[in-house]
Amino acid sequence: MSAPGDAPLLEVRDLEVEFRIDGHAQRAVQGVSFTLHRGRTLGVVGESGCGKSVTSLAIMRLLPQPPGRYAGGSIRFDGQELLELPEREMRRLRGGRIGMIFQEPMTSLNPVYTCGDQIIESLRQQSGLDAAAARARAVELLDLVGLPSPASRVDDYPHQLSGGQRQRVMIALALANDPDLLIADEPTTALDVTIQAQILDLMGDLRRRTGAAVLLVTHDLGVVAQTCEDVVVMYAGRIVERAPVAALFADPQHPYTIGLMAAVPRIDAAVGRLETIPGTVPPPWARIAGCRFASRCPLATDQCRAEDPPLRDLSPGHGVACWRAPIEAAA
Amino acid sequence: MSPVLRVRGLTKHFPVRRGMLRRVVGTVQAVTDVSFDLAEGETLAIVGESGCGKSTIGRSLLRLIEPTSGAVSLDGEDVMALDARGLRDMRKRMQIIFQDPYGSLNPRMSVAETLAEPLRLHGLAGPDDVDAKVAELLETCGLQPWHAGRFPHEFSGGQRQRVGIARALATRPRVIVCDEPVSALDVSVQAQIVNLLQDLQAEFGIAYVFISHDLAVVRHMAARVAVVYLGRVVELAAASDLFAAPRHPYTRSLIAAAPRPDPDAPVDRQQVAGDLPSALAPPPGCAFHPRCPMAEARCRIDRPELRRVGGSEVACHFAERAPDRSPAVERTRSDALRKRLAVLQAARDNTAEDAAHA
Repeated sequence: MSAPGDAPLLEVRDLEVEFRIDGHAQRAVQGVSFTLHRGRTLGVVGESGCGKSVTSLAIMRLLPQPPGRYAGGSIRFDGQELLELPEREMRRLRGGRIGMIFQEPMTSLNPVYTCGDQIIESLRQQSGLDAAAARARAVELLDLVGLPSPASRVDDYPHQLSGGQRQRVMIALALANDPDLLIADEPTTALDVTIQAQILDLMGDLRRRTGAAVLLVTHDLGVVAQTCEDVVVMYAGRIVERAPVAALFADPQHPYTIGLMAAVPRIDAAVGRLETIPGTVPPPWARIAGCRFASRCPLATDQCRAEDPPLRDLSPGHGVACWRAPIEAAA
Repeated sequence: MSPVLRVRGLTKHFPVRRGMLRRVVGTVQAVTDVSFDLAEGETLAIVGESGCGKSTIGRSLLRLIEPTSGAVSLDGEDVMALDARGLRDMRKRMQIIFQDPYGSLNPRMSVAETLAEPLRLHGLAGPDDVDAKVAELLETCGLQPWHAGRFPHEFSGGQRQRVGIARALATRPRVIVCDEPVSALDVSVQAQIVNLLQDLQAEFGIAYVFISHDLAVVRHMAARVAVVYLGRVVELAAASDLFAAPRHPYTRSLIAAAPRPDPDAPVDRQQVAGDLPSALAPPPGCAFHPRCPMAEARCRIDRPELRRVGGSEVACHFAERAPDRSPAVERTRSDALRKRLAVLQAARDNTAEDAAHA
């Protein structure tokens, strides 16, 4: 999944994040590694509690500490180790070279400032524009993200906008300082499908235009299939499969990935009875020696229950953390 | 066969009051003139985006919200004419489940108490057999007998929805209104609840009014679909027709906008521009015209009535112009996925066999 000879923009290696709750350390993210190159979109997909949002917050250094704690690993952004960066410099990166979009723009936009003010402030802080230039640029940005009548909307407060419009403002804010990396955590989950389609198209458009890399965190395999080039599937704090999107859908290898794909009803296919994955996700405090999916996996062997499978490549760029992969050989 | 539920001209307009004198300054036209029949054991989906009025329809059916006008009859009985006692009896036969059962389950009542209440209230169980009936309900809904002593906060989202379903099922209803029952759940849990609802329908012949914004789930669950836009039904059709040849441009754009879990699926975005207009001041003429790619002068003045086009009912002046090709080009699961599912299933069967021999 890497362009040879090209240094990755973002390189996460062996990331470990813990939360200390009631005196017990609970591992939320364990041994997560991936790379993201300029101009690419990487999807991080999984169900609630799999660690996908914690991973994205960890990259932005927005984990609440305590109870959160970086327990190991490294996050390199354009060659620079983020875990060692002073908070002051980290703050310059956020909203600067790293843009962020969250699920609920109402909670990430400041309700007492107009949309324009928030963009203007970011432009003045990060790019040092004067007030007039920043305002002109803010209107330009709002126009770019497709907000109707941006010259007057720039003075609206967040509550005066619809959910889709607020998300557009959020995107304008994230893009204000031409970020190299855009981190979007469930950016369309709270939106209706017709608005979701508009926002996803907008993000794709802007990415092509600006060449920014995008890390897209989502629970929705459909969103991944239609917007990402590469994908990692997370389960219980670990990456269980990593592949280019086409390979993941054409050749899913991890039993969890397969279960997830078969659990989704499809608008474009009759799928018969939905497949279910028996059992539940192990809680984060559970100490599990082997594979975290073993208790729910029909292929699990004694080895699976005893030893944690490493992520290994079955074909170039397609890694699977499963002792039984490739699965046909297991039949 | 006469329908179990018959709805005619259901309308709910909320007055908007302002100022010290609480004068009525406007009306939110949440639901206007909605009509449909629901056959025994059938699933009719009501589909639309947030604010379209679909939940108001669901609640009005049970008179949890008092409709402004219209007629609802359950098994031939006029629901609108019922007094308090009659309503209670009616709600034995028509139940509702919500997106978040947390909001509808009493946090201080154990699951056993929650389930026993409707059984006792409707005289379906006495002191001798109530525990057995509760245990049976739990089992039917995929929960364990020891869950009876637990409280709502001790359950995961999926289990809580099972409790909500068990409570609705307690009175052996003819109709259950399902208001976004799987929207808050993870996909693997969603699949379990979807399967449970289908199993219960097959076993007890319950009819569902299935309210959802998710067209993929709707295609999977429903026999017929009503698409709602700004409080009005714009298309009502058999699910097979609706997905194969949607006739209303809004239906087409909804189907086109749903993301497909398939990177090779052709993207045919007939994007609708802009946002849902306010129900306080719906656009004149066809309410969809400001966002419609096909709108003409007539659509801005003249509101299209729901009319029969082929096997469907459509509220669009230009329904006949709809292309025959659906934006949901039929796909199948990839071969690899099917093969691997077979491997997993075979392994599961083996394990079950071993367990049976042991």
